[in-house]
Order: sequence, then C-alpha cells, then structure tokens
Amino acid sequence: MTSARDWRGLLFVAPFVLLYCLILVFPLLRGLWLSLNQVDLFGFGHFVGGANYARLIHDPIFRTSMINTFEVTLMIVPVLTVLAFALALALNSATKSAAILRGIFFSSAVLSVTIVTLIWRFVLAPDAGLLGYLWTELGWKPLPFLSDAHLVLPALAITTIWWSVGFPMLLFLAGLQQIPHDMYEAAALDNASWWTTLRHITVPALRRTIVLVVMLQTAAQLQLFGQSQLLTAGGPSGASRTAVLFLFETAFGQWELGYASAAAEVLFVIILAVTITQYWATGRATAQGGD
Amino acid sequence: MASLELKGVRKSFGSTPVLDDVSLTLEAREFIAFLGPSGSGKSTLLRIIAGLESADAGEVWLEGRRIDRLPPGERGVAMVFQHYALYPHMSVRENMAFGLRNARIASDEIDRRITDAARVLEIEPLLERKPEQMSGGQRQRVAIGRALVKEPKLFLLDEPLSNLDAALRLRTRVELAQLKQRVDAAVIMVTHDQAEAMTLADRIVVMNDRRIQQVGRPMEIYSRPANTFVAQFVGSPAMTLAAVSLAGGSGEYAAVQLGDGTLVKTRVRRSALPKQGELRIGIRPEAARVGGKGGTNGKVDLVERLGERTLIYARLSDGQPITAEDAGDSRVKIGDEVPIKIDGAAAHIFDANGAGYHAADA
Repeated sequence: MTSARDWRGLLFVAPFVLLYCLILVFPLLRGLWLSLNQVDLFGFGHFVGGANYARLIHDPIFRTSMINTFEVTLMIVPVLTVLAFALALALNSATKSAAILRGIFFSSAVLSVTIVTLIWRFVLAPDAGLLGYLWTELGWKPLPFLSDAHLVLPALAITTIWWSVGFPMLLFLAGLQQIPHDMYEAAALDNASWWTTLRHITVPALRRTIVLVVMLQTAAQLQLFGQSQLLTAGGPSGASRTAVLFLFETAFGQWELGYASAAAEVLFVIILAVTITQYWATGRATAQGGD
Repeated sequence: MASLELKGVRKSFGSTPVLDDVSLTLEAREFIAFLGPSGSGKSTLLRIIAGLESADAGEVWLEGRRIDRLPPGERGVAMVFQHYALYPHMSVRENMAFGLRNARIASDEIDRRITDAARVLEIEPLLERKPEQMSGGQRQRVAIGRALVKEPKLFLLDEPLSNLDAALRLRTRVELAQLKQRVDAAVIMVTHDQAEAMTLADRIVVMNDRRIQQVGRPMEIYSRPANTFVAQFVGSPAMTLAAVSLAGGSGEYAAVQLGDGTLVKTRVRRSALPKQGELRIGIRPEAARVGGKGGTNGKVDLVERLGERTLIYARLSDGQPITAEDAGDSRVKIGDEVPIKIDGAAAHIFDANGAGYHAADA
C-alpha cells in the first residue's frame, strides 16, 4: 500500500466527510460545549461545568415536559404501528380502489405541521369544531380537547397519528409485498385460518419492518414539537409541553442557550438509549427465533 | 374406486382461455404426470385441483366427494411447491407440524407422523433447523415431508425437480419413485420434463394449448402418439415428420412415398387412413438406421455422439430433414452422404388434422 494511493482515496470521500463534519459533528460538539456554559443568544457566556445539568434535575417544568413526552410517545407509537399495519394489510391488493385509498391515507404525510394543526384545530375545537358538532348532535356535551389537561395529550396523539400514518403504512406495504405468495398458498393448504396466517406467516415475516417502524416512530415522537407548539403552545398550564417545546422556549423565549443545550443533550441520550434498547431486545428475540 | 375425477373443467384468465373442457379420471394410488410445455395449462389445472384457483366451470371430485367448492385446506390434498414454500421462520419440525396443528390433530400423533416421515426421508438430523440453514435438496425433502405427514388422499407435486441440479435431480427422481410405493394416495406431478414423466408416472397426461392431447401409459404415449404434438413433444430428439403421398396398391397396409421417392411400407392399415388430404409420416430416430441396403440416402448436417449411440441429423435429396441413429462408434462425419434404412413397421402416419395412425397389432 502506498501513501499516494491513500491520499487519492481520501480525496474521494473528502466532500462527504467535510459536509458531515460541518453539519453534524461540529453542531453536536458545539451543543455539548454550550451545555457546559451559561450563554445567551448574543453573549459569549462563561463555563459553568455541570451546573446546567444539575439545574435540569431539579426543574419541575423540565420534568413535566419529559413525562408529557413519554406519555404522548406511548400513546402514539403502539396505535400508529397497529393502525399502519392494519391499513397496509387492508390495502395490499392490486385493485384500483386500494391504490386510491393508499394515496389518500398517505396524503396527510405530505402536509406541513402548520396545515395539520390548522385542520385539527377545526376538528377539535369544542364550540365550532367537527367533533364538537358531532358530540352536540349526539346530545352530549362537547369535550374541550385542547383546554383540558387530561384530554390534551390524547388530542396531540390523535393529530400526530393522523399526520404520520402514511409512511409506516408504506413501509409495511413494502414488507408485505416481499412475502412470497406461495407462502400464503402453502398456509391455505395447511388449513390455516385468517388469524393463524396473520400470526404465524405475516407477522413473523414482517418482524424487521415492525422493529424498524417502532424504532423510527419512537425516535420521532420523542422529538414531538410542532403539534404541541401550534395547537396548544404547551398548555393548558404545561400539560402538553413536550421536551423539544421546553428546549425551544428555553432557548428562544428565555435566551438560555446553555441550559437548553443541556436539555437537548439529555433528550439525545434518552432517545439513543431507548433506540439501542429496542434494537438490542428485538435483535435478541429474532436471534432466538421466538414468536 | 376412482381417486380423482375432473369433469369439464374450464378456466380463463380475463379473456385468455387457459383450460378448455378438461375431463380426467385417476385410479386409486395412481401416479399421474401432467406433461406439457409452458402455457399449456398444466399448472393451472393442478392449482384448480388444489383450490388455489377456481374453475370457471366443471367439477372436481376426490374419492366420491365433490371438492371444487371447498377451501384448499379441507380438500384432503397436499402440495409440494416448485419453490418449496417452506415457512422461513419455522424449524423443519414446526413446518411439518403447522398444518397438522391447524387440523387439530393430537400432539402425540403429530410427533409420531413427523418422526415417521423424517425417518423415511432421512431428514431426522435437520428437524430443528430453519429452511435457510439447508441446501436445496434438503428443503425439497422437507417440502415432501410436510406433504407426507398430512396423509392426504392426493399429492400434488408442482415441478418438484426443476430447482435441483442434474445429479440431485436423478437421485430425487429415484426417491420419488420409492415414495410412490409407500404412500396410500394418488399422486399428480406437473412437469415439462418428459424423462421425469416417463420414469415416474403410471400414466401421462400430455397437455398443450388448453387441452389434454393424450392420456396413456408412458410407452403408449411414446409408441402410439395421438397426434403430431404428442409425437414431437415426447421423445428426444423429436420424431421426424415428413410429407408423404400414399403409394398405389391394394395391400392391407399402407405404403407411402417420401419426397425423394423412397417407398416406405408401413404397418398402418390402409383402410384406417382418410381417403383425402395430406399425409405425413412420423419416424423416430431408432426407426431410421444408418447403413443397410434398400433405403434412401441423406447428407449429414450434424453428428451427435451420445456414447452408446450416435444421432445423425441429415437431409434427404429433396431437402427433407431426418434424424437417424447409428452405432456408438459411428465414423460418419458432417457432409458425408450416408445410406439410411427406414423401418416401416415402426413408422407412424398423421393426417392433415395431425391425428396419428399406428402399426396395427399383429
């Protein structure tokens, strides 16, 4: 191996490496550094060590926002996964109507969060919203989805599920189409019912896709932000403030960049830990071949 | 009692008909091969019997019970798929047990059947393996085992040997023949390989162009082909077909004249042949020997040395191609002019519609 050849090789990867360092590695390290400083949007700040992290531990607003984030993620991910799977199962056919419905269910995914929250504000508003109208028609009292501390997280979850179901549905459809058709024919000859076929043929064949969807969605929903900011601004009284909304408010409302960065690092570590745990747990289950 | 009965089965895919009025009866424990080229409808027919396709018209009966309206799992048939279709996340044992569990068979009975089948197929060491950990031949055995444990009334084999290499194919062919002796059920095998059909089947159903062309024992199909399609499809290399004219005379058997003037005295009854229309003679390579006197001459286009015999592809003086046979140590070369003696007693005659006429039984 000659060093000249090494250099030529490096030249080929240099554009990527430079860009990668510039937009990923540098901000990551910069964020880490910021989290160890007390700094506002305009000043240079000064080094405070772990003080920002110590403050986070005792900050009830941060704690509530983390709990809210976990709660809403737990509401969204299982329902979203099952719903996307069910839609994919129902729409996995070559008919024209299935193709149209696939398009319709995916269409929400191309909307921006602004449009999505606007639409759901019309649906959820108790006085003039679609659900409020429906409730009134049924003779019930309209539910104040966006102003009740117990209903606001489910409302965020419903909005998010409606918005996000398209992509996991596509992943499941792609997975379903990978399953050889003769597998189902063999199952039919093996007298397997619809449910048995689903449980013993389809779900095991989609195990990797299910893991992928759960991991991607968990990581995405732990960063839920726009829906909470635009629908409720974190209210009522912080009941729908998520971790990223907390960061945003701290950084760009209170101009405490160092403190916000510390919160961001904590969230980063948590997302990383959750994802690695899921990967490890499902990897082990797959290796054991357990159903 | 008849095992399987097909009555007037028809099937179209959209506007394309694939099966046209197919009727067939299988005897008990009979091994039948559906033989035909791609697109002949043989696989569709198998899938209709299995219940994986529905017939547009007609009935399917198995051991006195009409099954064409039953779901596949309730028909009493088991199928070995061309690509095996083993469940990838299940072990061999689970693959074999799956259908039995769905049929609510007691677990000790399931174990007994799996143990028996594994012993017969010599797959006992593989029982805890997953399909991805096995070779093609092993998967094939497992696929057969999965069918075997169901103790079906009818086995359906869809091109069972097509995915195996040549050596394994021969071995598996022998094993299938042995398996046939063990099972108390009829077997239908779909194949486009005539050697498989000839060696394994009790009877061959030759299919082409949506219809059954001929049903018969292997040697019957070979020596008394019903029409030109069967004559050319079965037998390798294909039978030579040459236009002939009926020679004059009043003998019991027809004599015909080839384009180059050669007279061939067949053993086909003159009275059986149509009075009008074109005729063609069918000559298998073994009925056209190189050498001898009183025959015709051909110019050699190609020589194929097979070891125990040599195939000579030649042209008669009028340009008619003919495939003849010579001894294994033949010295014939391309371009040679060789004498060819045609055995009229083994020749066939086909009429303008392609229907075959054969040597009358002496």
